[in-house]
Amino acid sequence: MRAWLPGYDLLRAKSLDAALRILADGGGETRVFAGGTDLMVLLESGDLPPGRFVSVWGLPELSGISVTDAHVTLGALTTYTEIQAHPVLRAEYPMLCEAARLTGATAIQNRGTIGGNIVNASPAADSPPALLVYGAEVELISAARGARWVGYDGFHTGYKRMDRRPDELLRAVRLPRTPGGSGAVHFYRKVGTRGAQAISKVMIAALGRRDAAGVVADCRISLGSVAPIVLRCRKTEAVCLDRPLTAEVIAAARAAVMDEVTPIDDIRSTKAYRRVVSGNLVAQFLALLAK
Amino acid sequence: MPAPLIGASVGRKEGQEKTRGAACYVDDMTLPGMLHGVTVRSRVPRGRIRGIRYEGDIPWNEFTIVTARDIPGKNVVTLLTEDQPFLADQFVNHPEEAIVLLAHTDRFLLEEARRHVAFDIDPLPPVFSIEDSLARKAVVWGEDNVMKSFLVEKGKVDDVWARADLVFEGEYETGAQEQLYIEPQGMIAQASPADGVTVWGSLQCPYYVHKALMPLFGLPPDRVRVVQMTTGGGFGGKEEYPSMIGGHAALLSWKAGGRPVKIIYDRAEDMVATTKRHPSRTRHKTALSRDGRLLGMEIDFVVDAGAYVTLSPVVLSRGTIHAAGPYRCDHVRIRSRAVATNAPPHGAFRGFGAPQSIFALERHLDRAARALGLSPEELRRRNLLRQGETTATQQEVLEKINLPSLLDLALEKSEWRRRKEEFAAHNRSGADAVKKGLGLAVFFHGSGFTGSGESYLASVVGAEAGRGGRVTVLAASTEIGQGTNTIFSQIVADALAIPYDWVEVAQPDTSRVPNSGPTVASRTAMIVGKLVETAALGLRDKLRAGGFLGVTYDDRAWAEACDRYLDLHGTLQAQAKYELPPHVKWDDKTYTGAAYGAFGWAVYVAAVSVDTVTYETRVDDFVAVQDIGRVLHPVFAAGQVEGGVAQAIGFALYENVILANGRMVNGKMTNYVMPTSVDLPPIRVFFQEVPYEYGPAGAKGVGELPMDGPAPAILNAIEDALGVSVRKIPALPEVVMEAAGCL
Repeated sequence: MRAWLPGYDLLRAKSLDAALRILADGGGETRVFAGGTDLMVLLESGDLPPGRFVSVWGLPELSGISVTDAHVTLGALTTYTEIQAHPVLRAEYPMLCEAARLTGATAIQNRGTIGGNIVNASPAADSPPALLVYGAEVELISAARGARWVGYDGFHTGYKRMDRRPDELLRAVRLPRTPGGSGAVHFYRKVGTRGAQAISKVMIAALGRRDAAGVVADCRISLGSVAPIVLRCRKTEAVCLDRPLTAEVIAAARAAVMDEVTPIDDIRSTKAYRRVVSGNLVAQFLALLAK
Repeated sequence: MPAPLIGASVGRKEGQEKTRGAACYVDDMTLPGMLHGVTVRSRVPRGRIRGIRYEGDIPWNEFTIVTARDIPGKNVVTLLTEDQPFLADQFVNHPEEAIVLLAHTDRFLLEEARRHVAFDIDPLPPVFSIEDSLARKAVVWGEDNVMKSFLVEKGKVDDVWARADLVFEGEYETGAQEQLYIEPQGMIAQASPADGVTVWGSLQCPYYVHKALMPLFGLPPDRVRVVQMTTGGGFGGKEEYPSMIGGHAALLSWKAGGRPVKIIYDRAEDMVATTKRHPSRTRHKTALSRDGRLLGMEIDFVVDAGAYVTLSPVVLSRGTIHAAGPYRCDHVRIRSRAVATNAPPHGAFRGFGAPQSIFALERHLDRAARALGLSPEELRRRNLLRQGETTATQQEVLEKINLPSLLDLALEKSEWRRRKEEFAAHNRSGADAVKKGLGLAVFFHGSGFTGSGESYLASVVGAEAGRGGRVTVLAASTEIGQGTNTIFSQIVADALAIPYDWVEVAQPDTSRVPNSGPTVASRTAMIVGKLVETAALGLRDKLRAGGFLGVTYDDRAWAEACDRYLDLHGTLQAQAKYELPPHVKWDDKTYTGAAYGAFGWAVYVAAVSVDTVTYETRVDDFVAVQDIGRVLHPVFAAGQVEGGVAQAIGFALYENVILANGRMVNGKMTNYVMPTSVDLPPIRVFFQEVPYEYGPAGAKGVGELPMDGPAPAILNAIEDALGVSVRKIPALPEVVMEAAGCL
């Protein structure tokens, strides 16, 4: 390990209140440590800036999945393993379960959390595209201002930037029940660098439904790794909504999404590849929806 | 007579220790008073060192600090060419070049200190590609950047172009590849003027390290000792680099007054700093008759050696000799060069140049077949080398080879004809975005050192008998996961008709074992294995000559004979020294003759799917048919093939070393993408056993062969699936998509 440990302070909060106080006292410099699946990698390589951390791992106030008629609410510490095992999530939110299944390996899935996946704010994260499509909201809480719910769409404001104040903790994520209604098509595909243990090059979560006349009544498309933030592709959706899925509409949607994404060249892939694959994935989703 | 062990999959000799966690790797070893050591590297690809600064709030007086000025002997890693220093003195030639070594008891503080060593380096213009090096955009090595070149001439290739029905040309590229052994590199050293130098470590070639450490300290052979610890894989990556780490650890220990020093690379340092497979560029110009006969081949093969020579001449040699493949062709010219760039030196990796040149040839022949309107298997069948014919170096093939039979078996096992039709129909129907294809490659791999190499090595193996008839093999050949200890024990047990459990293999330690040569070049089974057999039989002959053992004997008689001999003489030892078989005659000047005592021969078939949504390729099925002579241990041999194919699938489709200013920027296992088990197909392995007279029980080498064929077979299958010609690897989805004209 390349980190010099005396440079780090890790405080373990015994309760949510204690964690919030530590965050409030830290002058905005204290960072939150949950499952550690991102931070430990940086620590190992010597790339984690030294400083103060507060561990929230194991806090009951941040754990557990609860279900009401209106929502499923996941505590921020819900792990990928717990997501995959939950019957309501499996039945109604298959794309979230698939994202959890495709994240890292078993050990990572046991430690990695949904809250961490959101606030790490990587545009290549696996679960955010599904959360966007499922209309998620996130709850933020601080000692000074209490709790507030905000829509997940819009939460990320730029690369690694988000609508979270330094003293706020992400407490929970909630999803409206039965997204898209029965008969909706859920399409999730991660284009990784390999079949497992991969970071995505492009990723899509999409949900659609056609009415009895074959006209698109619901269409939600989200792409990962193709912009500074995980992208909800509203313009592309608009091309499809209220139209029958003719070859022309699918071609127009493909063109629209290639225009809507703003990918870059990096060590995993290229801008050009990401743009073309974004178009191909949207066309693949729409072809499936048209069946 | 007990049942023969050769040909049986007996239990792995060191398997229990490993599964119990009792095997001792170098990082498991701690010596009293031991310090930890780290290496501080240039980061600048080429330049002149002006100064070294020790900064920050670091208690520098607690550290042992070594620079080039502290070296007691010669500052050069002795191997082939004396160009690479252990520590850069005035100039740096690649960004991972070592300049300063630090040691301290606290390895975390050591890392903090490493971050606070700064260099003042005036940059000099670097080169980073084969093309720039050949164009001498900057001259960074010697007069012209060319470290080594070869010319192979057979017949008169210049005369054939005019009478060919087709002259077909093509250019092919292969990328660098990281060995990714499970255990990163590491060494412990204890060195002082009083006690000499001892190093323990993870390594393939104890006597290479020994040879490099003597001049570094100006010590005679008996004052330098190299011990191999249990080693978690090598694949060539631990062929010469351990000399560097061993030297570094020993220099720190020497400066620290003889306190032992341990240097263990983490994965990130191992990936960026140690050697990788040479990138290559090959140009082919081939003359063919209308009916598919190879009339002439002109091949230009270039490898990127990196900043220093290391093993590049030998890698280039093997790549050159294999470049024209196992085909009959009367007129061949192969020109090859190893050129310098300002990247860390490239080095040995399973296959050693052959996977690069064979990739080019087997892609090229597939494309030529297409141009002629012949099937790829038919073009090859019409040109397969037969017994008595000659290779590109004019080596007459004396082995009984049967390439048509290997080809037939591969076609049969892969259901070639049926699946070709099925895939063509599937692809034509257009119903599925996933396209399917089949591809094959025919190839060979020479076992042992090239040409006269084995006679220069003059390897020696010893055998020693102990109480109760136990026999110990004394060799410097290392067990690195491939099964050396097991096959040596099988060979001895069969040669002497004694139980397998009575045989053990000594830990390679230069103070105890003779130099049986490096553990490289698919030579351990065939060359060293034969010496093991001869040495073991030497024990028997001594017992018989002294009247201790009869013509026939059982275990008890053997044990009693050994005991009585030891009572009388104290020790019972025998040695065997390598002698070149009479048919191996090689001329280094003209690069003609018998390059290898024997070859492994193979035909591989890959079935792939390419998803035209993402242009990702998946290998669905893999058939590997080969003749490696007699198979000593079926499970290990199949394991070698499966592992080689898996590694070659990485080479073909996934593993992409990305360099920026000569530094690897994806030196992590998250972004240097090796295939996982879910990315690999079933690998179906078949052997046709044709015993080789000079191998133990008829065995030839197997280690490298399976690395050579998969990449071209897979790329040929991609062309079959898409009708798109991809000529470089790794064939990442981005590369295939671009070739398909979709970007």
